[in-house]
Amino acid sequence: MFNPIATNSLLANLLTEPVGASHYVVVGAFMFTCGVLCMATKRNALGVLMGIEMVLNGANLNFIAFGSRYLRNDANSLGLDGQLISLFVIVLAAAEAAVALAIVLNFYNNTNSIDVDRADQLRG
Amino acid sequence: MDPSWLPKLLALAWLTPLASFVLILFFGKHMGSHGKGAGLIATSAIVFAAVCSFTALFGVWLPNHRLQDASHHSEPSEADNHAAMNAPVHLVALSEDVGDHAQRTSVQQRTSVQQGASVERRASVERRASIERADQDHGQHANNPAPEYYSDNLYELGVFGNLKLSISYYIDALTVAMFCMVSLIASCVHFYAIGYMHDELHDFTDPEVTLSSGEQLTRPGRYYRFFQYLSLFCFSMFGVVIAGNMAMVFVFWELVGICSYFLIGFYIERHTASTAANKAFIVNRVGDFGMLIGMMALWSSLGTFAFGDIKNEQGEVVEQGMFSMLRSEENDYHLRPTDGMVFEGQRFTAGDNMVDDVAGEGAAVAGVSTKSGLAGNWLLLVAGVGIFCGCVGKSAQFPLHVWLPDAMEGPTPVSALVHSATMVAAGVYLVGRFFPVLSPEALLVVAYIGCITLVIAATIAITATDIKRVLAYSTVSQLGYMMLALGLGGWVAGMFHLITHAFFKSLLFMCSGSVIHGVHTNDMTEMGGLRKKMPITAYTMLVGCLAIIEQAFSFGGQNSKHVLLQWAPVGGAFITAFYMFRLWYMTFAGKPRNQHRYDHAHESPRVMTAPLILLAVFALGVGWSVPGTNLNVTNLLDQARPVGTLATTHGELLPELVIPSEPDSHAPAIKNAAGIAAFSTAAAGLLLATLIYLWDFGLRPAELKKTFSPLHSWLWNKWWFDELYELIFVKPTRALSSCISWFDLKVIDSIIHGLAAIAKGCSKVVDVVLDNKLVNGSVDTFAHSTWDTGLWLRKIQTGSLRQYVMFIAVGTILLFVAISFVQNI
Repeated sequence: MFNPIATNSLLANLLTEPVGASHYVVVGAFMFTCGVLCMATKRNALGVLMGIEMVLNGANLNFIAFGSRYLRNDANSLGLDGQLISLFVIVLAAAEAAVALAIVLNFYNNTNSIDVDRADQLRG
Repeated sequence: MDPSWLPKLLALAWLTPLASFVLILFFGKHMGSHGKGAGLIATSAIVFAAVCSFTALFGVWLPNHRLQDASHHSEPSEADNHAAMNAPVHLVALSEDVGDHAQRTSVQQRTSVQQGASVERRASVERRASIERADQDHGQHANNPAPEYYSDNLYELGVFGNLKLSISYYIDALTVAMFCMVSLIASCVHFYAIGYMHDELHDFTDPEVTLSSGEQLTRPGRYYRFFQYLSLFCFSMFGVVIAGNMAMVFVFWELVGICSYFLIGFYIERHTASTAANKAFIVNRVGDFGMLIGMMALWSSLGTFAFGDIKNEQGEVVEQGMFSMLRSEENDYHLRPTDGMVFEGQRFTAGDNMVDDVAGEGAAVAGVSTKSGLAGNWLLLVAGVGIFCGCVGKSAQFPLHVWLPDAMEGPTPVSALVHSATMVAAGVYLVGRFFPVLSPEALLVVAYIGCITLVIAATIAITATDIKRVLAYSTVSQLGYMMLALGLGGWVAGMFHLITHAFFKSLLFMCSGSVIHGVHTNDMTEMGGLRKKMPITAYTMLVGCLAIIEQAFSFGGQNSKHVLLQWAPVGGAFITAFYMFRLWYMTFAGKPRNQHRYDHAHESPRVMTAPLILLAVFALGVGWSVPGTNLNVTNLLDQARPVGTLATTHGELLPELVIPSEPDSHAPAIKNAAGIAAFSTAAAGLLLATLIYLWDFGLRPAELKKTFSPLHSWLWNKWWFDELYELIFVKPTRALSSCISWFDLKVIDSIIHGLAAIAKGCSKVVDVVLDNKLVNGSVDTFAHSTWDTGLWLRKIQTGSLRQYVMFIAVGTILLFVAISFVQNI
């Protein structure tokens, strides 16, 4: 059930609390959702690629937030594992973007367009 | 040299052709163009064998065995002559007595076997004793022991109970003489074949084979294969001669048969050649069937296949051979059935009573072994006649003589070899080798068969116009002479004729081959006057003709006891002289009948004429002694005289049958009279041939042919033997087989078809019910559902990227919702 008080309290909590992991998580979730929507709605292949980047970076934000030693109470660890994984993700994203752009380029060469709706030759 | 060299030398001579055969078999094609080197290898192998054989004769045999004059046996007294000349008198009453005797025997045995047999036995013993006493009164020769021989096992193939199969040798003077004869003639044939078969050195166009396209058949030459078969042929023949036991003889006997099959069918593409080869093979099988029966009779009763005794180094007999079993020393080398034979024989004659005999009266059975008893004699007769059946097939005797003239389809060198030294000689040789086992009754069969053969074949030869066929029938006739001589007890005479005949018959065949080579036809009606064109061939052939006539009339005087047996050889001498000179006159004398062929005729190359001259010399000289010595073929063969042939023998089953000893039949009183009779008939034959074919004296062949046309067509058709056999054997066999074929097609096939229909119906039911409905139904249903599912799932695959993204997002959310529900529960 939609409870305005509960909603209010969540928003209020976010606004009143000092910055913690949950703020990052909210931003990451927002970016993720935006990315998915972008992928689902854009007909432009480049737009879809941008949506993918958005999804990946939303996830990265989560990694960094949960990995950061300022955001957890555990002060003994070096706190670099989240950053490392997000670096991996960035590298993967770069590679994926290269491959995807190559596909798009070929697609454009073949069809003179980058409309993903037209890329349906393999449909059942 | 030491006698121990003898087996080594002869084995070397025996195995060299085998080595040549194997070499040519594997490498023949690569020996020069079309295997030209094969001829060289085969020829050198046989020449080497000849060298070994003659070394064995002159280097080993003669130095170790001093020759004695064969005539020393015969210084017959007056009484002796008298006895021999009176012998035929008994034979007149023979035929009635046979039936009578047989009937009596069977009746007695049916009523009271024991009593009857013992009476019979006693009677027979007494009768023989009295006859022998009478012989001794007449100054009968003492019977001769076994000749000197060497026999040993070379290799033991296996022992099966009592039966021992081994490769062994039996070497006596006959073996050595045969080795020399075979190797010498085979060498000549090889040399001759090098010239004769040169057509085969390149692609050969067969003029007698027309393809369906109307062209003549052209095939690659088969020169090397010819020599390959020749080598195998020589090896097999040596094997027959050296064999020391019956089983080994049989093996090589069949090898000789198969070699002749290959060689007669050498021009396999010619229909006549292939059927002739088949005929030769099948007819020989008929004879070999009898031979197998004879072998079984001997083996089951004697328990050995070996001919001679095998001794160890101390000279003790290790293994007794059949000769010494049947003609033992205590019986004075007379042929007596052994205990085993009497036992086996009684089983047949006494039938069911045998059981009682053995069980109840063991002592009586022991008493039976008094070396008498007709039962054993019957078995001996079966054995002798059985073995002789094989010889009838191989040596082309009546009634199995039909294959030999057809064997002319082979190349002429083969005819020369088959007709002289190898195939047909094997049969006569075996009768000679087996002589000690042949009972007087079996010898009578041999004599009659030989006699019938010599007359039939000689008469057919009168009308034949194919030059090789005349010679073929002359061979059959001469073989008949040999069998006749052997059957009358003239062992040395028969073997002597075998060896001399080999020389002049191979000579005659090679001459005819030379003529055929020159004029390219076999038909004598297209020859004539060739004397001027091919003098060497003509005069060597004349030598052969004279030699054959000489043989014929010397045999006419060989032996004379019975009316038929007496006059047939004399008549044969007349016919022989006639047809041989008819052949010579038609071919070489008079005017050319076909000018075209005459113009193209030419003398054969030297490689072919040289063997002719050599053989002509041998044909003339082989009957004479080496000057200054007593070395001649007769004396040599006399050293191999089979055990027990020097005494007159009397039949056991036919008590009146007398086989005189050889010296008796050579008694001058008989020999001279019969010899003169035969000589005059031979001269008459020669004169008649000259009258008709040389001097145009009013007797023209064509007119004679018309006058005696029924007789002519009878002889021309070879007494209708082929037609007769066609009628008696081939047609009924065909009729029977067509009946069986009908039965097969209609009855057996319909049963099988019915079974098949039933099986088909059953499987139809199974097909419809089980397979189609159950198995196919379930599999089809599964396939259809999979297909439908696939079709339905296909709709999701839209190809739209954005939709997929939505699916992923919605799917993920739904997953989370589901999980949260599950966790909440």
